[in-house]
Amino acid sequence: MSASQSGPSGTLTVFAASSLNAAFTTIGADFEKRHPGTMVRFSFAGSSSLAAQIQQGALGDVFASADQPNMQKLIQAGLTAESPIVFARNDLEIVVGKGNPKHITSLADLARSGLVVVLCAPAVPCGHYAAQTLQKAGVRVTPASQEADVKSVLSKVALGEADAGIVYITDVKAAGDALEGVAIPAVLNVVAEYPIVILKDSQNRALARAFVSYVLSEGRQTLARYGFTNP
Amino acid sequence: MTLEARVLADVSAFELDVELAVGAGELVAVLGPNGAGKTSLLRALAGLLPLRSGRVTLDGVVLEDPAAGIRLPSERRPIGLVFQDYLLFPHLSVRENVAFGLRARGMARVVAMGEAGRWLERVGMPAEGDRKPASLSGGQAQRVALARVLATNPALLLLDEPMAALDASTRVAFRRDLRQHLESFRGVRLLVTHDPLEAMAMADRLIILEHGRMLQSGTPADVTQHPRSRYVADLVGVNLFRGRASHDVITLADGGSLTAAGAADGDVFAVVHPRTVALYRTRPDGTPRNVWEGRAIDLDSEGDRVRVRLAGSPSIVAEVTPAAVRDLGLDRGDRVWIGVKATEINVYPA
Amino acid sequence: MALPTRSRRTPRPSAPLPIVILASAGAAFFIIPLLGLLLRTPWTSAWQQLGSPEVLTALRLSLLASLSATAIALILGVPLAWSFARLTFPGRSVLRALTVLPMVLPPVVGGVALLLAFGRRGLLGGWLATTLGVHLPFTTAGAIMAETFVAMPFLVITVEAGLRSMDTRFEDAARTLGASRWTVLWRVTLPLVRPSLIAGAVLCWARALGEFGATITFAGNFPGRTQTMPLAVYLALESNPEAAIVLSLVLLAVSLAVLIGLRDRWLGAS
Repeated sequence: MSASQSGPSGTLTVFAASSLNAAFTTIGADFEKRHPGTMVRFSFAGSSSLAAQIQQGALGDVFASADQPNMQKLIQAGLTAESPIVFARNDLEIVVGKGNPKHITSLADLARSGLVVVLCAPAVPCGHYAAQTLQKAGVRVTPASQEADVKSVLSKVALGEADAGIVYITDVKAAGDALEGVAIPAVLNVVAEYPIVILKDSQNRALARAFVSYVLSEGRQTLARYGFTNP
Repeated sequence: MTLEARVLADVSAFELDVELAVGAGELVAVLGPNGAGKTSLLRALAGLLPLRSGRVTLDGVVLEDPAAGIRLPSERRPIGLVFQDYLLFPHLSVRENVAFGLRARGMARVVAMGEAGRWLERVGMPAEGDRKPASLSGGQAQRVALARVLATNPALLLLDEPMAALDASTRVAFRRDLRQHLESFRGVRLLVTHDPLEAMAMADRLIILEHGRMLQSGTPADVTQHPRSRYVADLVGVNLFRGRASHDVITLADGGSLTAAGAADGDVFAVVHPRTVALYRTRPDGTPRNVWEGRAIDLDSEGDRVRVRLAGSPSIVAEVTPAAVRDLGLDRGDRVWIGVKATEINVYPA
Repeated sequence: MALPTRSRRTPRPSAPLPIVILASAGAAFFIIPLLGLLLRTPWTSAWQQLGSPEVLTALRLSLLASLSATAIALILGVPLAWSFARLTFPGRSVLRALTVLPMVLPPVVGGVALLLAFGRRGLLGGWLATTLGVHLPFTTAGAIMAETFVAMPFLVITVEAGLRSMDTRFEDAARTLGASRWTVLWRVTLPLVRPSLIAGAVLCWARALGEFGATITFAGNFPGRTQTMPLAVYLALESNPEAAIVLSLVLLAVSLAVLIGLRDRWLGAS
């Protein structure tokens, strides 16, 4: 438990998917406490935006994506230092307003007429996953809107404009009391995998490796607290 | 038809306070320097400037009376206003401009356009109906503006310096035509101008305005001969003659004749400033081309000047120094010789 | 009135060097990003993208929504501009500031504000839904409303400036000729401020065409209903950046064509 004399030091830049915001902020603070003299800076954004930024030459050490396709883009571009490792999974959940006023209990309920359902657009990961889980359940839903990201789905439900949406469990948890989640059975659920990788242009590989190891070990408890499941 | 108005209104620099009465068939000119409140007076009569107090009646109909809570909006007053800079609507054709007032009164488009065409003929512009105002000369534009106003058959015609924006040669022709149109107009006519000659040439009565107040009112001859202040004297205190010129000799309508240099033949106005009228005890020899005998009927001392009214053929007003009066030993009733140089007579076509 | 037009004959003034340098930098600032877009365009696949039903749907919706927004802005914005320019009433400057607020407000905030007013649980939204059966969020009407909200201020301030700089004595002349205030407005005032009306409408339309934040927040994103070109571009950026570039180019070409066309025809630019 003692800090090693020749341990990593310096500043680390981590590109992380928006959905990791809360969990990674906590993990970063813990990591800095464990390794005095280090500083972890995060850049949170949509995974595809981050992948595009890195491809355009943004400098950083670690990339944590909310899906595999965006990670694959960087691997193909030769921008990663090693193979990525899946460090967390995120399940989908139906999000409804406080007190579940429309009494939604299953995916099938989303097809009810008169119900306003919003989903993520098929082009973004959460929309892609939502389509998969609805297909598995054999439910046809015509959404009122295909939102650009999870946050927009949550705010539409929170404002009462939509009755329900499909988002990640972690998002429902992060929203606190304002929203409620309705679980989707494991057999129908689609699980999002979160891979992490050290970038080729990292200026401080030792520190980057230490951070990735920390996420894969002690970080898991923190991730679980925020609703992620272990791989 | 008469206009009776007592106008009290707030204008930015001063307070307008004018009382006037104008009968039908009478053409009254409001004369004064720039900023005297002439335009504001017209705007007040037209309903574009609200009265603080006072009363405006036309033919016994109250147009505005703040105390009684009456204020007829401009569009419901039987008036016509001609502006110095014409203000023809640039997006409408000449004919549409003239038809505007008729259309606003609900006349069908075809009828209004036909009527507008006849008015354009009356002001001598039968061929210009389809042109846009921007392509007209100043004189043409003001003719259209006049037709536009006359077409609505107003009971009160207000003309705001209609000739001020015209160049000298255009002005002569326009003035002649304007006088013709004004003579055939049966309502009340009010002409605003800062040009004394224009006022005297056209009006039956003058109203002199300065700083929003009326200084004097009367016929042109009256105001010319009895200016009630130094200011009015400077403004309008000139000798104005009307006559017919032929070979530099002007035969005056009221008797006598004057010789002037370079006068065009035809009906003319001749203007002689009192300062240029010389007085002699005995008949002078030499220079003055115009010499005649008259009788001093009035001597009016105004500070460093004495205005001498002289009866003769023609009668004339001279302005001399008190020293000259002493040297001549001039007194009321004295006979005296009058001399005016041909070059001091300004001649204008009437 | 028939003065010789002097401006045509005078030689062009020669510009001071600093002006030339700064103006060139300013022009480059606009041109270089466009160049980037053009150089990255996958021209071979561009034509296919253009013909795709998704693009055509988004383009059609964009034109419908932006033109409707401009029409509404004209109907509501011109009277507003007239009131600001011609009337004095208590609270005028405050009201004026409020109506141009959408110009500085982040559009997303504007979208949220619209939801709070016209959404299902909004100030008026509930009443609209229960008594009139009108639902605005997630509808084309909602998208038009969001675009109008953001774009109308451009029309209002342009027309107001035109009304303020107009010689109001033309209105006086019309009134003394017997025209009612309504007639004066239609036959004199509006024709005289026509250049401002056109400029304001074009600015408003251009802003509406490019509107993103308020639309996606208030009306959401659904192809054929509320997914306008900017929304399609943004979502394509997530999955298919090449398609996004092509879409942007289409948006650019359409707006450029209209702006240049209008400028030549109506604004009388040489």
